[in-house]
Amino acid sequence: MRMWLLALTLWLVGLSPAWAVLPSEMLDDPVLEARARALSQDIRCLVCQNEPIDSSNADLAHDLRVLVRERLVAGDSDDQVKSYLVARYGDFVLFNPPMKPETYLLWFGPALLVLLGGGGVVAYYARRRRNPAAGPAPLSTDERQRLERALADTDAAEPRAR
Amino acid sequence: MTEAMTSGTIVRRRLIFLAPLVAFGVLAGYFIWGLNPDRHPHDLPSAMIDRPVPEFSLPTIEGMAGLGLSADDLRTGEVTLVNFFASWCVPCRLEHRYLLELAKDDKVRLYGVNYKNEPAEARAWLTGLGNPYGRIGADSTGRVGIDWGVYGVPETYIIDRTGRIRYRQLGPIDQKALDETIRPMIRKLSQ
Repeated sequence: MRMWLLALTLWLVGLSPAWAVLPSEMLDDPVLEARARALSQDIRCLVCQNEPIDSSNADLAHDLRVLVRERLVAGDSDDQVKSYLVARYGDFVLFNPPMKPETYLLWFGPALLVLLGGGGVVAYYARRRRNPAAGPAPLSTDERQRLERALADTDAAEPRAR
Repeated sequence: MTEAMTSGTIVRRRLIFLAPLVAFGVLAGYFIWGLNPDRHPHDLPSAMIDRPVPEFSLPTIEGMAGLGLSADDLRTGEVTLVNFFASWCVPCRLEHRYLLELAKDDKVRLYGVNYKNEPAEARAWLTGLGNPYGRIGADSTGRVGIDWGVYGVPETYIIDRTGRIRYRQLGPIDQKALDETIRPMIRKLSQ
């Protein structure tokens, strides 16, 4: 039982987020530090690529965290810090890509797809409502006669209980 | 309903059976693209291409004879290769022989930036493997690397005669990169 509790505790400890920000990196000013934390959640670690520098243990992420804090202390605005990094690493360094002609497809693509698909669905139902009988062409007189004959034959061969 | 309309509807209905084939074609296309061994999804385009080299000035490796490296050294009207390296970087060891070859046989101006490296280890590396670099800047903090947009070593930049960055090689230079990209690029820029 005690072993199980220990195992559970260790597992829970493992689940808690691993903070990569080292105490030595943190700024004394809590306001600036909070801005730095918020900023570094939107800045991609170029090494791990799917992790923000805020939670990455990569060496470069550490350097970038320190750099972000230095820029903030020097009086940069959040946008200035971002453009400083974008100038060196490109838009990919931001998790939220900026709105510009090259990224229109990225931003509006999903909405466009929903519109296209939704438009298709609407058009389909509108057509069905307008023309509810649309389906196979009705039988010709000749076909109707053959069908009746065939049904009569079946009924004669296997009389059904009614 | 006229005869022409009916057959048109039937043809359109039949087209639906092609949908799985089209879907398969699209998927297969993605797979071919994704499985291409020459595709490296982690390689990012450099934001520095066609931009002038960032301003910097670095001393050479501590305890070493030789010249340091600054942005001015890259604006002297010659095509230059700038190679970011470190003794702790395993792929750097792989590419080292190609760098030696470039410096010796091609007479290309090759400068190095020693990225976040202990001076003693960097010196031992260069003594042991040979020093292909005309100038070396020691970037002990990695700050110059960030200014260049470096995100890992080795990275190699080709600088044109006006001091603009024209190409970045991510990862180690191998024979293929040398023959197919770097040498043609140097030739083109030297004309």
